[in-house]
Amino acid sequence: MLTPELKSELTTILGAEYVCDDMESCISYSYDATPLYQAIPDGIVFPKNTEEIQRILRLAHQHHIPIIGRGSGTNLAADTVPTQGGIVMVMTRLNQIIEIDTDNLTITVQPGVLTQTIHNAVEAKQLFYPPDPSSMKISTIGGNIAEGSGGLRGLKYGTTRDYVLGLEAVLANGEVIRTGGKLYKDVAGYDLTRLLVGSEGTLAIITEATLKLIPLPETRRAMVAHYADLDTAARAVSAIISARIIPCTLEFMDQGTIQVVEDYAQIGLPRDMAAILLIEQDGPHLLVEQDITKLHQICLDSGATHIEVAQTSADGTQLMAARRNALSALARLRPTLILEDITVPRSQIAPMVRSITEISRRYDLTICTFGHAGDGNLHPTILTDARNSEEITRVEKALADMFATAIRLGGTITGEHGVGLAKAPFLEWKVGRTGIVALQGIKNALDPTGILNPGKIFTQVPTEQEGTKK
Amino acid sequence: MTSWNDVGKTLTLTLDEEELTRCMRCGFCLPACPTYRETGREAASPRGRIALMKAVHEGRMIPDSSFQKQMDFCLGCRACESDCPADVHFGHLLEQSRAAIVSHAPSPTWKKYMRKFFFHALIPHRRRLRLVGAFLALYQRSGIQRLLHRSGLSKWLMPSHLQQVDEVLPLASPYGIRERVTTERLPAIGTPLGRVALFQGCIMDVLFAKTNHNTAKVLQAAGYDVIISKSQTCCGALHAHSGEEEKARLLAQQNIKGFQGIDIDWIVSNAGGCGAHLIDYPYLLKDDPQWATAAQSFAHRIKDVSELLVDGHSLNLQPIHERVTYQDSCHLRNGMKVIKEPRTLLNTIPEIDYIELVESDRCCGSAGIYNLTHPQTSQQLLDEKMQHLHHTRAAILVTSNPGCLIQMKVGIQRAGLENHMRAVHLVDLLIESMEGDRT
Repeated sequence: MLTPELKSELTTILGAEYVCDDMESCISYSYDATPLYQAIPDGIVFPKNTEEIQRILRLAHQHHIPIIGRGSGTNLAADTVPTQGGIVMVMTRLNQIIEIDTDNLTITVQPGVLTQTIHNAVEAKQLFYPPDPSSMKISTIGGNIAEGSGGLRGLKYGTTRDYVLGLEAVLANGEVIRTGGKLYKDVAGYDLTRLLVGSEGTLAIITEATLKLIPLPETRRAMVAHYADLDTAARAVSAIISARIIPCTLEFMDQGTIQVVEDYAQIGLPRDMAAILLIEQDGPHLLVEQDITKLHQICLDSGATHIEVAQTSADGTQLMAARRNALSALARLRPTLILEDITVPRSQIAPMVRSITEISRRYDLTICTFGHAGDGNLHPTILTDARNSEEITRVEKALADMFATAIRLGGTITGEHGVGLAKAPFLEWKVGRTGIVALQGIKNALDPTGILNPGKIFTQVPTEQEGTKK
Repeated sequence: MTSWNDVGKTLTLTLDEEELTRCMRCGFCLPACPTYRETGREAASPRGRIALMKAVHEGRMIPDSSFQKQMDFCLGCRACESDCPADVHFGHLLEQSRAAIVSHAPSPTWKKYMRKFFFHALIPHRRRLRLVGAFLALYQRSGIQRLLHRSGLSKWLMPSHLQQVDEVLPLASPYGIRERVTTERLPAIGTPLGRVALFQGCIMDVLFAKTNHNTAKVLQAAGYDVIISKSQTCCGALHAHSGEEEKARLLAQQNIKGFQGIDIDWIVSNAGGCGAHLIDYPYLLKDDPQWATAAQSFAHRIKDVSELLVDGHSLNLQPIHERVTYQDSCHLRNGMKVIKEPRTLLNTIPEIDYIELVESDRCCGSAGIYNLTHPQTSQQLLDEKMQHLHHTRAAILVTSNPGCLIQMKVGIQRAGLENHMRAVHLVDLLIESMEGDRT
């Protein structure tokens, strides 16, 4: 509940309709898409413009009240769970596309615009905004920027951070900052645009973004290759990249995932295969044809037991159905699904997947792995039941082991989901003590009172890494 | 004894915990939800409503009138179920929540009597409905209706949304399918493919009795023996959706029993709302071992008319030189998962200019009796629908559920398109094409 004084001040800024602190609203903004996390906020506000956000932040700054920026609440790091109470600031009313600039190839949007809406708007003009996180039908662009979201096309096109050219944001003290612009070159000062991308709501509240667009690829073709063992599949991935081909998607599914998807969707997947690769290339007709022919040969040479190339785009959709069905199939198996996000250098995919299999045996857990083989971003998915505390303890141990392995192989604890609450205890493993101090320095400079999304990224209780001495 | 505390206690026991736990809060249901899109509030989304139910179920929140408001605000279109990766049956959770509210929440006495009259004394009784049909027919044909609307008296007597419904309501008929068809079995034309009992529905048989008759005719033409059975009652969908769970169970049992003695392969429904509820009888009766098996075998026989027609003999269809579009019935789509069949059938009509309607999978706002209980939201949804429809420039809008049909007629009237567009049931259009009416 908000104190009466605070509530009346917020109401003056926003109007009564857009300030809530009733039980029903508080419960419905107590979670996001991350399993196992929930915390009740003191209240929720729904601002409509930058000025209102400035006034809210000044108020929060003055009263030391946490502010948790939130889009659609689909992040997987518990970044919008208000663990320290405070006010959840829902950004979905700032939902206007301000401009599509076809001379500079940019789009300028408010943070509450849905990612899918951006795709539709620019594709209608034969332009392309490549980042495609799985939740893009409902995720907001503000959330994508705050989390530094990736997607299936990361390998060829990069992720959200590669498309943000400029930002308008409100700092913790209520001041507005503008970074970057419709500029491909801009080295005036520190790159604050990049700093705010992936800052998870802890440095500023993003109120407007200018994004880079590229021409829409002419066509796309898909193919699938089956492998009887993991190493062959992993070698194929390396071979593809070594041949100087960058497919727009290069997805991987392990045997566990294949079997689960086949049980669910019955689309003729090979249950006895160790891995399948789903490959898609886009671009001009001729080049796509050329690349697909080469890809076919590479898969053949690398020892694929079966290869299928889509003849039409409808066939392609059919082939990619396996990947699209993965989450649904896995979600139906057990009540709780924990989707992890480790990333390793491409060359380490096979050892990483083997290690995950080993970890799942060690802790007697069901872990299915699929992910973006091209960029080494894997999603080991643990199927469990949140109500079984003994099993959850084993899950936590398995996660720690997975993170340790990823880091040992030169990887990271999260590729595209963010640190948030879920991975805060492990951040130091990746960035080291010096890294943490540097990050904290930045945080303190921009948010000295610590009101912006407190408790995220940084933790008071880091997990100790086995075998390392402090 | 009624109190909000009791609603809470009941929900702790009755809400399906497995369903609640299966929701992984991914949020993929949000874009599918009409009330989330209208309000932008998480509590008005399926994920939000489940979070509220879960809080009540776990005793972390005592439900209150705003909880009820949120549960009532849901259209029950079940579009969220189609987009749910984890296969959460939101409709079940909604019905359980509403049932606890109806039986335990404080409610004014007049409301209780009104519910009793509508759900218990009227809808399940074929003869009383027939009588209503006769009165309605008299009202429509005697000139009273015209007088009311012409004189402006209707504005005083009816709320505006009811007026609109009244203006477009098809001519009611005192004659249902059983009065129109004298024999109990209508033989298949050509090689018989199977025996089908017609599920005639309650409202369907008063307002759309001709569609029922046409359903029988088109099924005969497709090669099915059609059985007109007397031992059936209302499917109970309206009851289940409105929290009248006990009555819904009784009606389900009556229907299961009613069809048990008849030698049939399928039971055919021409109303998505009925069909989706009929296939759900096993869940409705899951706690009653005596009925479980019978409910299963009943549900396996349920087919939408379009499913049987697609599998039947090809119909002798005459050209229709019009642009035609299709609005899904939410429950046919999200409950019965019948999506392709109606479209396939429309595309078999020669010369037809079929165009897909943008957001045809989105609720039109009819949603059972939602257009009467939440007229404002219902009309908002309808107006959005009409904009998309306007862009199709279709002359004929096809649906496959009586509620949707009435709502679309209202929409056409509201948008001033009555001279350019008409709404018809799929079956009626097929009969038109068979009889070559429009050539």
